[in-house]
Amino acid sequence: MIALIDAGGANLGSVRNALERLGASVRIVRDAGELRDASATIVPGVGAAGPAMRLLRERGFTTVLRAMDRPMLGICLGMQLLFEASEEQDTECLGLLPGVVRPLPPSAGIRVPHIGWNELDVRCADPILAGVAPGARAYFVHGYAAPVTDACIATATHGTSFAAVVRRGSIWGTQFHPERSAAVGASILRNFLARANANREAA
Amino acid sequence: MLSRRIIPCLDVRDGRVVKGVRFRDHIDVGDVVELARRYRDAGADELVFYDIGASPEGRSVSIDWVERIGRELDIPFCVAGGVRDVATARAVLQAGADKISINTPALERPALIDELSAAFGVQCVVVGIDSTREPDGEWRVRSHSGDPAAMRSPGRSTLAWMHEVQDRGAGEIVLNCIGSDGSCDGYDLAQLSAARALCRVPLVASGGAGRVEHFIDAFRHADVDAALAASVFHSGAIAIPDLKRDLNQAGIPVRLV
Repeated sequence: MIALIDAGGANLGSVRNALERLGASVRIVRDAGELRDASATIVPGVGAAGPAMRLLRERGFTTVLRAMDRPMLGICLGMQLLFEASEEQDTECLGLLPGVVRPLPPSAGIRVPHIGWNELDVRCADPILAGVAPGARAYFVHGYAAPVTDACIATATHGTSFAAVVRRGSIWGTQFHPERSAAVGASILRNFLARANANREAA
Repeated sequence: MLSRRIIPCLDVRDGRVVKGVRFRDHIDVGDVVELARRYRDAGADELVFYDIGASPEGRSVSIDWVERIGRELDIPFCVAGGVRDVATARAVLQAGADKISINTPALERPALIDELSAAFGVQCVVVGIDSTREPDGEWRVRSHSGDPAAMRSPGRSTLAWMHEVQDRGAGEIVLNCIGSDGSCDGYDLAQLSAARALCRVPLVASGGAGRVEHFIDAFRHADVDAALAASVFHSGAIAIPDLKRDLNQAGIPVRLV
């Protein structure tokens, strides 16, 4: 079972639909205790960092997620919450990845929020990116972005370069929405589900 | 590099897609999910579903067809028509929509834009603006445009309204130029360029697409982020794979599928 954390994000239903199209069994969880039986956890997110972290804290998720040893995937805001902090409402985040999430700077011809299909520039091979062709495009919708650090395995560029996919150990994050990225997104979710299954079989 | 988006707009009435010319004479063109899937396969970057019955009839968008689309579709989609409060917007987003687009309700109560962007973030909030050039040369907005008999002129300047909706938290603006809508004579480049000059957020051109060159012009001369069209796609006059191939050849970055 894949646990989908309800952090108040508006894309909860879309992510569930995408996982179910791939044959996964999904449970939307609102309490940290429900994560016990999950083979993997997904933190989806559309919304703002402040309210999302508050909700995660109130429902007891922060401690459990910080100690999570099974595969985990943060999507969009869910990925940003993996970092130390976000300048969006000056929010302390989960601190699983180093760095601070900052607003995308607007400039001539660069519109913020960054909305649309942008190219993924893969920095290093990773199982979650298996089958993703060079120049593949994914769907982004965001106004804040995470820095390019050692944890960043793919970048995207909109004025500046920022983290499009991150990984540390069994934690992954995508700034774009795989559930809305057609075949490219389906590949990434399928790869993540494969990691979740491998993890369950190993355990 | 971010690609320019091609967005078919599907007018929906009772879960069926209908089409009209200059907002009139609607005829049935098919089931909403079936058409959504077909456009996804053709390479549409996003879809807008406009519940044309909702606003003029004073009712909210019905959720069941939004859910049906949400279960099926793996590209982003926006629902327009009849969203006039946070609760309705939440229901539409939870049913699977990525964005909600508001038009008449925003003109009636501009604070709705603030409320929606505070609740869901600006990226979920699209403001649709129907606009036309009046005899004095000014562009002014129209409301209640889903039904020509009910269309009203609130007297607001289009450009002033564009300014205000951005300040209130619109994350994207769809500018539908009524004068060119359904004409197939091309997008209203003068109006779109004027809008572009003061639009910090993504701007979507709407109204008037008839040929591939019209899309090229809108991207090249009005620098819009996306182009929305309905009849040219529904009629088959332009196939999206051909359109994208031509845009790509013209040096406009697009997502090829």
